[in-house]
Amino acid sequence: MRKLYQICLFLLFLISWMSIVHAKPQVVATTSDLGSLVSEIGKDKVSVTTISKPTEDPHFVDAKPGFIVKLNRADMLINGGLMLEAAWLPPLVLGARNVKIQPGNPGYMNAAAGIDVLEVPSVANRAMGDIHPLGNPHFMLDPANAKIVAAHISGRLCQIDKKNCEYYRNNAATFSKKLNQKLSEWQKILEPFQGTKIVTYHKTFPYFAKRFHFNVVGTLEPKPGIPPSPAHLNTLIPMMQKEDVKLILIENFRERKIPEFAASRTNAKVVIVPIMVEGEKGTDNYIALFDYIINEIASALKT
Amino acid sequence: MNQLRYMLIVCITVGWFIILNTHSSKAASAVTDDNTSLANSAKESSEEIHMKADEFNEIVEQLQGMKAFLEQMKQDYDARFQEMQEKIAILEREKALLEKEKALWRIETQTGTETSPHTADFPTIQETGVSKEDEGPFLPSFKEEEEPPDVEQQPLPPQTEMDTTPPSPFPAIPELATPQTTTPQTPTIPETGQWSPAQPITLWSAGAGYMNISFVGLFAAAASTSPDLDELEAGAHDPIQRGFTVQNLETVFEGAVDPYFKGQANIIFQIDEEGESFLEVEEAYLTTLSLPLNLQVKAGTFFTEFGRLNQLHPHAWNFVDQPLVIGRFLSPDGLRNPGARISWLAPADIYTELFLTVQNSQGETVRSFRFEEDGEGLFGRSAVETKVRSMEDLLYVPRMVTSFDITEEQTVLLGASAAFGPNSTGRDKDTIIYGIDMFWKWKSKYASGGFPFLAWQTEVLRRHFEAGEDESAGLPDEVIRDWGAYSEVTWGFKNRWVAGLRGDYVEGEKEATSPLGFERWRLSPNITFYPSEFSKIRLQYNYDSILSTDDTEHSVFLQFEFLLGSHGAHTF
Repeated sequence: MRKLYQICLFLLFLISWMSIVHAKPQVVATTSDLGSLVSEIGKDKVSVTTISKPTEDPHFVDAKPGFIVKLNRADMLINGGLMLEAAWLPPLVLGARNVKIQPGNPGYMNAAAGIDVLEVPSVANRAMGDIHPLGNPHFMLDPANAKIVAAHISGRLCQIDKKNCEYYRNNAATFSKKLNQKLSEWQKILEPFQGTKIVTYHKTFPYFAKRFHFNVVGTLEPKPGIPPSPAHLNTLIPMMQKEDVKLILIENFRERKIPEFAASRTNAKVVIVPIMVEGEKGTDNYIALFDYIINEIASALKT
Repeated sequence: MNQLRYMLIVCITVGWFIILNTHSSKAASAVTDDNTSLANSAKESSEEIHMKADEFNEIVEQLQGMKAFLEQMKQDYDARFQEMQEKIAILEREKALLEKEKALWRIETQTGTETSPHTADFPTIQETGVSKEDEGPFLPSFKEEEEPPDVEQQPLPPQTEMDTTPPSPFPAIPELATPQTTTPQTPTIPETGQWSPAQPITLWSAGAGYMNISFVGLFAAAASTSPDLDELEAGAHDPIQRGFTVQNLETVFEGAVDPYFKGQANIIFQIDEEGESFLEVEEAYLTTLSLPLNLQVKAGTFFTEFGRLNQLHPHAWNFVDQPLVIGRFLSPDGLRNPGARISWLAPADIYTELFLTVQNSQGETVRSFRFEEDGEGLFGRSAVETKVRSMEDLLYVPRMVTSFDITEEQTVLLGASAAFGPNSTGRDKDTIIYGIDMFWKWKSKYASGGFPFLAWQTEVLRRHFEAGEDESAGLPDEVIRDWGAYSEVTWGFKNRWVAGLRGDYVEGEKEATSPLGFERWRLSPNITFYPSEFSKIRLQYNYDSILSTDDTEHSVFLQFEFLLGSHGAHTF
């Protein structure tokens, strides 16, 4: 008995020792935009995996058991929060049986914390569609929010990996400096188009529109999560004509038929953009993603 | 903590005094020096005096500039302070309003009147949205200050000369310092305290917020060539009569118990053929969150982890009814009983998990084991043993699952299970059920709303039943082996639309008296429309071929479902 006890202790020691030696923090991000920020800050000192594919609708991701393994080994989990991942993340976290990434521990990070959340409904009522009761979760489409998240990430990485703290902070500072610079660049590009009226497919772009001064006058979806209906289009299209909507902004995973139909009846142009890092070729980091989006919009509005 | 802070402040003030004193005394001595030198060399050129005067003027100018700047700052801050106060007032008003609405809403939901009482709901939201946007122009300007990185941009004193004055009240902030000091604060505060407009969410998770409550209503209308649909359909939640059936009214409670456990309970209401309502505790269990060594324990009463379908509640099925083999081998209600389960996640790169479930082996939810219905067991024998007496009489169910991606868009899950336990037909009579299951899914890289996808699921079960001797029925002691399988394909061909096809086969049971025990195969095409994730309408046709009697039966079902509240996510 005593011997068994000793062996067990030894094994425990070995396992804990191994986990200490295996020191490079493993970070799992639910979406690739968050993952990209982690890579900007952690660079070669952390390893990052993302769960949702950059090209798919982040609301509906399969809770594939393969991710359980990743979460099981993770030192940190970053999710967007605001119930974006509510439909698929909980079973994965439960299956992962990893204390480090349970809410309340430094290894669990809700990126929405500290963000000025838009579109928070006063009453959660599903008659209004699949609204997010905590507010719109697409806040990463405002680069200013990315700065907050980056600072948050570097703080958390510091808690997890104290010895590289300075490194993370420096990287975060460099990143937000770069982002500041780029942001003013982007704003300059879009300055001539301030106040342009646009229509989106889903309520994906309120943060983006607010930052770059677009005016979202409607969505193709009659209500969040409900596909466009003929009745809704019958009111939307005249409105678009009246309001002189210039742009229909849609994500790259949406069907194209209805946006193109609406565009053909109005003055608007359809612009298809990725909303996640690596959602399209040449968008392999957060800044490149915005370069792409801004460029697409600007070139569509110029002509 | 506070004491420390006070000490620090005191230290700093004292330090200031000292520095100021030395400075002024030095200046004073310098002045006196100058005076003496002036007195000594009275003939100093007036130019020098002019220069001194210039210098002096310059200093005065600087000081005045500083004063102006400080005043400006003060005004600025006052204005901001006022703005903030206004904002707070607005927010508080909004909060009060919200709370009023909340209270109203609560009352209305409690009294059970319409859940969408306010036609005003929509407008109010729009209003808040609009008001938010109205605030836009000034909101960011004041918000931005909170964003740590923006502090870099904050205009420092415009007078560059100021930099030279050593005790500048505005120390140039080192770029890195700000994110450092602010980051630990910004993230933590909003997560816990701080009122945020997000709070009405408590409503969503129904009141207390400690658990999610949801309700699922599942109904079916059936038409069939067979007058006794309950002899065709094996499952306890299947449509069992021509006309309408209440398949399942399920209330789900789930949430974190504490930092160590998660709890879940599924309470089912059903209405039987006679119109009698009854209640059934389908599952109630807790799961550990953080055991060491990759272990996880589940304890309570729950669906046995055997195969894929057995663990799913009827509303998560892809078809209106239960596959025949599941109803016959496992149980019409699904194999479930009180017990405990331990699982181990292998520390491999490919997901592999081992389960071992230990449960009671008696009751009506373990059909092939210590099952008893009106004194009857299986295969025409009367039930002799119906209790658990020792450890050996428990039901042991090991299972192993593995899953991996074949390509970026395709995933496979393979599983093997077995169930060992005693049966009711005699002393030391055991049953073993083996099962293998397979699930394959393709989902587009550009999926929107989870569509399009194609999935294929198959389970094959084999049963080894040691039947005891029953002298009164004239049945010998024998070993009965039979098998069954189902295979289903579901195709999400368009947003919100899923087409399905299922094939079923079971071997005949010995001494069977109805199609429930006969050898038969069945083909069930169906189509499902999901108006949203929270509702569905399904049309299904069953082609039933009963091989033992050479009969063919046709059935058509229309199923509809609604889901209220916050329902936990489903597993893959």
